[in-house]
Amino acid sequence: MASTITASQTGEAPVFYLKDEHPHPEGHSTPLGFWIYLMSDCLIFAVLFAIYGVLGTNYAAGPGPKDLFDLNLVALNTAMLLFSSITYGFAMLTMVQGRVAATQGWLAVTALFGLAFLGIELYEFHHLISIGATPQRSAFLSSFFVLVGTHWLHVTFGTIWLFTLMVQVARHGLITANRRRLMCLSMFWHFLDVIWIGVFTFVYLLGMLR
Amino acid sequence: MSSETNAQHQHDADHGSEEQAHGSFRGYMTGFVLSVFLTAIPFWLVMNNVLDNNQLTGFVIMGFAVVQIIVHMVYFLHMNGRAEGGWSLLALVFTLILVVIALAGSLWVMYHLNTNMMPVHDMKQMP
Repeated sequence: MASTITASQTGEAPVFYLKDEHPHPEGHSTPLGFWIYLMSDCLIFAVLFAIYGVLGTNYAAGPGPKDLFDLNLVALNTAMLLFSSITYGFAMLTMVQGRVAATQGWLAVTALFGLAFLGIELYEFHHLISIGATPQRSAFLSSFFVLVGTHWLHVTFGTIWLFTLMVQVARHGLITANRRRLMCLSMFWHFLDVIWIGVFTFVYLLGMLR
Repeated sequence: MSSETNAQHQHDADHGSEEQAHGSFRGYMTGFVLSVFLTAIPFWLVMNNVLDNNQLTGFVIMGFAVVQIIVHMVYFLHMNGRAEGGWSLLALVFTLILVVIALAGSLWVMYHLNTNMMPVHDMKQMP
């Protein structure tokens, strides 16, 4: 305290903060920030899993998992998402090498697998609703549609983002900003695959065991 | 362009952390092959009722799910203690603690609520 007073008396401006010693390049903190967003998204899914865990056995005398789920379809779906994960990994590897055409090719393959996943999910939802297993039928089906539907929406927006980045790469090439964006989508895409592991284990496989 | 990249590498070297890991072909293939096995085995166990014991099968496939999530985190999301100077891993550990509290707490509380609040309706004793 005394030193501050003497400092101001001698006319020196007091230093309240340490100056940043070096400039940070644009976007250097984006990967960490995006990771923290993914962690908050993880909490959303944790809550939805908890809701499904609590309500998942309340069938209201309606159909249960054994009556509704087709594991062959779920296995096919899981394969689509797993293939899209590895092809996105190849896109990242070609991106590091700076090969624009190869990166675009792998991104296109990833988009096709993503669209296949979305289509199979839509087919399953349509089938369930057409046989009367709507979200209004029971608490089990409400929580099922909310959990799996939220994951479906995430993959949908991830696919839109993927097409947007393909246009960006086509127009501007693999510039630093586009590499950063592809890196973020890579984390998003692999994260959705991690969530799907939880979905097919807890919802589909454990559901068939009940 | 190249000078900018050099500056960034220099900058990262100052921080003692590497540029974000993009993984290698070998790493991605290892993760993919492991994932295929870790996905196929639970489906096989459930679809063919191999273990003939639902509770045991349930625990086994949950174990496979946990291992596969770790495989994805390491080989696809390149999670390690060095990424972003350890902050990514710290955020992940914090999130996992919250996830465990939310999931285990909800299931525990609601299970006991169901058990204790359920009205006793023994239909056999109805007139």
